[in-house]
Amino acid sequence: MSKFKKKTKSGTDIPTASLPDIIFMLLFFFMVTTVLRETDILVTQNIPRATQLQKLLKKSLVSYIYIGKPKDARKYGSEPLIQVNDVFIDVSSITLFVAREKDKLSEVERDQITISLKVDSEAKMGILTDVQQQLKEAKARKVIYTTKKRVDI
Amino acid sequence: MARSKNKGSQEVNAGSMADIAFLLLIFFLVTTTIANDKGILMILPPKPDPNEPPPDITKNQRNIFKILANSRDKLLVEDEPFGDINDVRKLRPMIKEFVLNYGRNPNLSDSPKDAVVSFKTDRGTSYELFVGVLDELQGSYNEIYGERIATELLNYFPDATRADLADLFRNLDKKDPALKALYEKAREGIPRQISIAEPSKIGE
Repeated sequence: MSKFKKKTKSGTDIPTASLPDIIFMLLFFFMVTTVLRETDILVTQNIPRATQLQKLLKKSLVSYIYIGKPKDARKYGSEPLIQVNDVFIDVSSITLFVAREKDKLSEVERDQITISLKVDSEAKMGILTDVQQQLKEAKARKVIYTTKKRVDI
Repeated sequence: MARSKNKGSQEVNAGSMADIAFLLLIFFLVTTTIANDKGILMILPPKPDPNEPPPDITKNQRNIFKILANSRDKLLVEDEPFGDINDVRKLRPMIKEFVLNYGRNPNLSDSPKDAVVSFKTDRGTSYELFVGVLDELQGSYNEIYGERIATELLNYFPDATRADLADLFRNLDKKDPALKALYEKAREGIPRQISIAEPSKIGE
């Protein structure tokens, strides 16, 4: 009887000494692959999918513009709006926004500023065109239409 | 007896290490988002100079591949109804045939240098359709470039097949001089001429 008991007891123990190491590895993985969330996104972002994606090389050169329907429709209405940083802005303020973003960069990099447009699938081309006109005005002509990867079956 | 005391003080209790790491892990999981910084890169045209008259269009009609989208997300390709977003994948063979025509078919382009793909939307067209069509336009040019340097690419990436050529070309590392030269070779003589026209104002 006692013989059997001993056997079963030794089998149930799982060594947990390496558990911290495993957790640390996971921790480092997440620390490296993620960036801190800078802004609260106030618009719906159902980003369309595409296949011909290109990666952005330098993240410091990128500024983001979000376009979509406001999440809080009662407060802001249901028409698509433009969000930069944490606030909604008017189309005409985009030049000012770009100028401020350019000021953050060093002199040599100023012309290479890239605007990442994160636009909701349901937004219309009208608002996007207005934004692009302002970007041309502000001489920030490099844009990237942020999309997700579509996997073809 | 003194010995056992010393031994006890030297050991640090590492039992809670996993809990501390877990806490940190959960903190990072909650506060971070995985960066999604991929997309379709475009350079907008410069703002037209108000002092100069708009340039005359000297292009022959045959050298322009026209894609129109209306406010109800329907497409018109080369003046014929084409369908909607579910059909955009059919554009790719058409554009490739148009660009690489070299004057054979009198309705298609004279040469890749002259060929322009023009895409015009309405202000009421959805962004989804715009991205869908733009994706196909970029895709067809990437395929053309990829097929031009097919042998080199397949030599360089032995695991790849012919179906991957567009992806291989798109992901060429331009920091590597050899690959950069390959990229230049593929693009030589075939400029990527995609024209995004100012949208019409009907459907808003």
